[in-house]
Amino acid sequence: MLKDRLGFKSRTRYATVRPRGDASVQALDGERCPGCGNPFPDEDDARRLMVCPDCGYHFPLGVWDRIQLITDEDRFMELDADFISGDPLEFPGYMEKLDSARQQTGLKEAVVTGKGTIYGQEVILGAMDGRFMMGSMGLAVGEKIARAFEIARENRLPVVMFTASGGARMQEGMVSLMQMAKTSAAVERFSRSGLLYISVLTHPTTGGVTASFATLADIVLAEPGATIGFAGARVIEQTIRQKLPASFQKSEFLLEHGMIDAIVNREELKGFLYKLLRFHKGRER
Amino acid sequence: MTYTRPLEFEKDYLELRNKLEELKSLALQKNIDLGAEIEALEARVRVLQAERYNSLTAWQIYQMARHQERPFTLDYINAIFQDFIELHGDRCYADDPAVVGGLAWFDGIPVTVLGHQKGKDTKENLHRNFGMAHPEGYRKAYRLMEQAEKFGRPLICFIDTPGAYPGTGAEERGQAWAISRNLARMSSLRIPIITLVIGEGGSGGALALGVADRVLMLSYAVYSVISPYGCASILLNDAGRSEEMAEKLKMTATDLLNLGIIDEIIPEPLEGAHRDPQKTFRAVEERIRFHLRELIDRDPADLVEQRYQRLRKIGLQLS
Repeated sequence: MLKDRLGFKSRTRYATVRPRGDASVQALDGERCPGCGNPFPDEDDARRLMVCPDCGYHFPLGVWDRIQLITDEDRFMELDADFISGDPLEFPGYMEKLDSARQQTGLKEAVVTGKGTIYGQEVILGAMDGRFMMGSMGLAVGEKIARAFEIARENRLPVVMFTASGGARMQEGMVSLMQMAKTSAAVERFSRSGLLYISVLTHPTTGGVTASFATLADIVLAEPGATIGFAGARVIEQTIRQKLPASFQKSEFLLEHGMIDAIVNREELKGFLYKLLRFHKGRER
Repeated sequence: MTYTRPLEFEKDYLELRNKLEELKSLALQKNIDLGAEIEALEARVRVLQAERYNSLTAWQIYQMARHQERPFTLDYINAIFQDFIELHGDRCYADDPAVVGGLAWFDGIPVTVLGHQKGKDTKENLHRNFGMAHPEGYRKAYRLMEQAEKFGRPLICFIDTPGAYPGTGAEERGQAWAISRNLARMSSLRIPIITLVIGEGGSGGALALGVADRVLMLSYAVYSVISPYGCASILLNDAGRSEEMAEKLKMTATDLLNLGIIDEIIPEPLEGAHRDPQKTFRAVEERIRFHLRELIDRDPADLVEQRYQRLRKIGLQLS
């Protein structure tokens, strides 16, 4: 079953999903790259990475595609797969929205966590999916992330998190805000045990996720051209009554301002993570 | 005293109260007996008071929480603590006047106090950026938190902010990084932490002072993941429906006690903290004393563990 999920089938399913109102979420047959305007080619390599071969534009990657790209084949074991959110506020329309997100993505929640290996290095890994209610963090997402850090701490394993989120899930009100505190506290405990945490910020990572576990890593990486920030650009534009430049809150902007350690192309990401993991295994024997 | 800046729902009531006050001072000045008139008016005031304040909607409470005349952090600090010495600056970039902090005495115990600070008038609000902090505000708080831990001082935080400031400088200097570091560090501080939501608890910018052993909230304060306006704009594409969203977001003290987000409600005077600040200060002081006594001799490791478990529990019983 795990194989099915990681197999080609699930990828084709992703490629046919058409999220409303956001054409850039997934490159589709015959559609053009938002970076350079060229048609997205029907090449396996480009499809596997979801990176435009002409301009290097990084399309958001579905969570299972991400896991397949980063972890060794058949070595990923999902944790807490059935953990789903309730409706603590009985917020109008929330359950329907969750249902339609589930149907659209085939996921139960906006994050998948699990244990896997990266070129043989064992890690606890989490990947968020921006298509699932904007990757927003409610109780289930916060719980899965906190548990991932707790499990990693118990097993003395490093953690790698791929973030993609619009922030807290407002339909869960203050319960969702408290997930920022909970995940941050879980990282703090984990971190104080001397273990390694690497986060990879992908497009888009904003709001409550950026302001909690995403930025608490020992090493913070980002994919090229990702939007990363606290406040949304529209809110800032309304506040300062000015248009923001296109480069604002992009990975490159954050690197320049000293907020992230490195920008890594998707193609090189697995190798880069492997190198970082190896550094933390102690001296070579 | 005269009641100024009435909110929409309390206009008729406060007019009546002003009339009563006038009548009383007239009787006093002219030395005439208006006893019967005053008594009649007082009876009307009592009836109307109960009608106006006994079942406030979330939207009305939201207006109360943001009232310009409410006591702010420095008012509480000066009224409840002794010998407050304000400490400034984040040692990186600037001093952010939207966050205040420093040393003070409480019942003979040296403590560190911190809080968001709004302005009393337009001029002060411009200086304090309406209580919306930049990263340097959170970094000043971080510095004072670590200092409190170093010297074993309990930490008392006051939350009162519309949110972290959404601006270009704030983003360039890592607003998200500043907030997340506070959340993480507060969870491991080996000192008692009491947080009080005294007015507006706006999202992550509020939470950045909000990881605590006890979270207390005034009865007309609000605490929310997003403003009703923001929620209505994003979810409904109709900012005109803010009032409806204020209700749905469950942002009042009563809602949050039920949800297990806060530990206790501190009742305000019926007409709001700003109509009787002294009474409010005494109530807040008493609750800080109660909880501080309970926490102060705890083993630091237990404090940290229980603080973690407190966060771990939130929401789980609901689903």
